[in-house]
Amino acid sequence: MSTTLYVVICLLLSIAVLLGISFMSKVKTAVAGNLISAVSLFLGIVITLLYNDILTAWTVFIFMFIGLLIGGALASRVKMIQMPQLVALLNGLGGFASAMVGILSLMGIGIVQRDYPVFVNVTSVLAIIVGLITLMGSLVAAGKLHRILPQKPVKWKNHATLLTVSLVILAGITLYSAFAGYNSFSIALLLVISIAVSTFFGIGFAIRVGGADMPITISLLNSLSGVAGAIAGMAVNDLLLVSVGGIVGASGLLLTQVMCRAMNRRLVDILTGKTSTEPKKPVANMATVQDPTVAPDEETVIVPDEGAASELSPSPAEILSGAKSVIIVPGYGMALAQAQHLVQQLGDRLEEKGVEVRYAIHPVAGRMPGHMNVLLAEADVPYEKLFEMDAVNDDFVTTDAVLVIGANDVINPAARDATDTPIYGMPVLNVDQAKQVIICNYDLNPGYSGVENPLYTKKAGVHLLLGDAKESLTSLLQGLT
Amino acid sequence: MHPITLLLIFVATTIVGYLIIKTVPPLLHTPLMSGMNALSGITVLGALTAVGLTFLAATGGELLLGQILGGVAVIAATVNIVGGFGVTHRMLKMFDKKKKETKS
Repeated sequence: MSTTLYVVICLLLSIAVLLGISFMSKVKTAVAGNLISAVSLFLGIVITLLYNDILTAWTVFIFMFIGLLIGGALASRVKMIQMPQLVALLNGLGGFASAMVGILSLMGIGIVQRDYPVFVNVTSVLAIIVGLITLMGSLVAAGKLHRILPQKPVKWKNHATLLTVSLVILAGITLYSAFAGYNSFSIALLLVISIAVSTFFGIGFAIRVGGADMPITISLLNSLSGVAGAIAGMAVNDLLLVSVGGIVGASGLLLTQVMCRAMNRRLVDILTGKTSTEPKKPVANMATVQDPTVAPDEETVIVPDEGAASELSPSPAEILSGAKSVIIVPGYGMALAQAQHLVQQLGDRLEEKGVEVRYAIHPVAGRMPGHMNVLLAEADVPYEKLFEMDAVNDDFVTTDAVLVIGANDVINPAARDATDTPIYGMPVLNVDQAKQVIICNYDLNPGYSGVENPLYTKKAGVHLLLGDAKESLTSLLQGLT
Repeated sequence: MHPITLLLIFVATTIVGYLIIKTVPPLLHTPLMSGMNALSGITVLGALTAVGLTFLAATGGELLLGQILGGVAVIAATVNIVGGFGVTHRMLKMFDKKKKETKS
């Protein structure tokens, strides 16, 4: 195949990928968009095999077949609730593959491109670094999401210093790679140092990020995996790899921006470990880690709201069925309790009673961008009823009742006026403006930010149903019949 | 291809990609992300070229390394691609299913 034809096809495939993404902007066309991207990628593989004349290398097909089996099994078996950790894990694999390509390219195995040795050396080292940071960061993130690793930020001694030193070493080694030339000693040195330090850095930066900052971290890792691919593409002179890697990098960057804006956090703060949970008492902090597997202690049994009971005698179920309009606010707690199906049943039941039901989705509710939307879609909630924060926030004033399920920081009114708290300035859902608020949360502990929610102590119009969201919702459902 | 050309292509696709992705609503952010995630498996191209070229041309340790490192990379990237597109498809189907039900 001539190079010109190859370049033209690569450009066409890049455009096809972009087309696929633009199809992803609407629910109706999104399935097609995903298929277009997948087919483009498949064609990319075919064209690469043809262009490099390696169709006869049968081991390639064996390796791809193994990957196909594993990937297929993962994709078909995974539960929606496990989606965040699967996305993180797959992302890590992409980074890993890019790092491997970087290693091979640096060692001059496979694609030997000696026209621009400096460029190849630098990009190979960078591919190893970014790829391995992606891999280790993603593995740590997946471990946290899968609850193998602690949810709270883990801080080592001299954490910031260690990470800064690692970064300096990585920058140094990249610089060195430009002058290292091509001899086995310098290559070995580059390999060992870049692999070791970037592995350490990947773990170090991800382990310091806690639960609610996960959406940002995952978006960022997503971006990095694309960048790693693009850099690896530069190292091995693969046009398609560079262009598609760039697209993925841009998408991750955009999502990261969206998430940061929604949390009113700066990316730098999250990366440098300025997490909102600055432990005041480091020892006691470990004990208060919210672990849903631990049995609730006595303060988490259902608290009758005595103050409200005098003037507002109706029970939460009566409030809901008597309301004209209800907004349901889901949070990570709904995901944890896997209560999305009960939420959907409750919503349906209310609609049968003539109540207008809407869902308000905060951009960072959950553990990855759009997490709540996916769970509610799984539970057959029509997406027309899901409203973004900006679209629904002014409607809380005129809403009779709000049902909060496992959300905390995203409804905390303290974000508006408590200037000294970490969540100050973060846009929140105006739940407190509704006439009645029913909160189905696991307990009254502050959310991830560690800021007390004044809604919990506000008696008038606030009803707390504490404990497992599934049980609270079941009792609500029974009350609605 | 000249390094500058590659860098330019990288910059250009990043900008165009950014502009297009901006149109995706938050509702679809998870499928978007997992779709992008699948696309990041494009690095399989580099890996399979390495495997193929070493298989056909290299000998001894280089052949072995090419097959092992490259092979692992091909497997990982393929899992990334197939798993990523698979779950994205499943998620999008869920969204789409809802649309039909509400209309009926």
